[in-house]
Amino acid sequence: MAEEFKSVVSPLPGVFYRRPSADAAEYVQEGGRVEVGDTIGLIEIMKNFYEVKSDVAGTIDSFIVVNEELIDIGQEIARIVVE
Amino acid sequence: MIRVIKPGLQTTVQDEGRFGHYAIGMPPAGAMDNESYAVANLLVGNRRGAAALEVTYMGPELEFQTDTTLAICGADIPPRINGDLIPTWEAVNVQAGDVLTFDVLKQGVRTYIAVAGGIDVPVVMGSRSTYTLCGVGGYHGRTLQPGDVLHQAAEQARTPKLGVAIPAEWRPQFPSVLDVHVVVGLYSYRLLEDSLNEFLNTEWTVTPEANRIGYRYKGVRLNFVPRNQPFGAGSNPSNVVDCGYPIGSIQIPDGVEPIILLNDAVTGGGYATVATVISADLHRVAQTRTNQKARFVAVTVEEALHRRRQKQQRLAEIESFLEA
Repeated sequence: MAEEFKSVVSPLPGVFYRRPSADAAEYVQEGGRVEVGDTIGLIEIMKNFYEVKSDVAGTIDSFIVVNEELIDIGQEIARIVVE
Repeated sequence: MIRVIKPGLQTTVQDEGRFGHYAIGMPPAGAMDNESYAVANLLVGNRRGAAALEVTYMGPELEFQTDTTLAICGADIPPRINGDLIPTWEAVNVQAGDVLTFDVLKQGVRTYIAVAGGIDVPVVMGSRSTYTLCGVGGYHGRTLQPGDVLHQAAEQARTPKLGVAIPAEWRPQFPSVLDVHVVVGLYSYRLLEDSLNEFLNTEWTVTPEANRIGYRYKGVRLNFVPRNQPFGAGSNPSNVVDCGYPIGSIQIPDGVEPIILLNDAVTGGGYATVATVISADLHRVAQTRTNQKARFVAVTVEEALHRRRQKQQRLAEIESFLEA
């Protein structure tokens, strides 16, 4: 059976972060496992931090955007191989 | 009563604003897109100035605990009641137990949820608007949080007309590059002439630092006329001796990134204000989002006043349309 991918798409424009703070570990790495509701990154907008969550369980195939990249609404953030 | 299940990114209670206290350093707060806010209020039959919810980027999830009427106007963030899409720019009845949710934003930034009677929070210094920086007004001076319960006031003047939608020509446009009309001054003479021209000819991009306090843009570096700074002014050539900042005024600290000061901004300080956005365009600025483009277009004071009259006239026409 072919693998099913799920794209995580940004609902906001802003700066994307892979980690909760500068000296913390990344939420999840490529190849890492995520459950439904797990945070995979943050988007900073208007000095607010919005948690980007996975709505599927699976493994992170790849991040399409890099840490601290300025992203837009509708932009693909990551691809998850759905379990 | 309305129960907040999820608050959205930044949802606050706002009305027309808290005017008359600027001299003591109190900015007006109030609805950033005052036109969409006013139309939403008119649709549910509220008196001018009733309080509504200002939603930013992401809509809240709200449960209505009584039957009521609502109207949603502003940015295009499709709303749903119990999972079914409902129209915007039109009064809609909801029943006790109904849950309002929103899809992802399509265009604009801010949308307004008006409910019959308005949102009932204490009037502080003449207004129900939330000024979050100082925790003044609105719902306990802050953005909404899960579990908050909102009560409705009795500011309804007319019975809402259901099924009547505001025609498209009265709804906001969301151009890919917004022309922001400005009156040049008071300290535009502090910019080098080339820099003033560049300020007016550059396509600026809204940065992530764009909120109720101000909008910051990136584009090109501008330069100020070198001088020996006078006593009382800071050492950077973009500094002047402190002055009052008009709402909509544009400062360019160190010549790097222009900032438009908006509803929740500081009322004075020591940066040279090189131009001021005309009042008739402030609500359009409030609907531009991070990464979008804007150009500053110089107009005369007469043109600014003309556009302000046009805006007032547009609202009056919408009001008579709904009363007809």
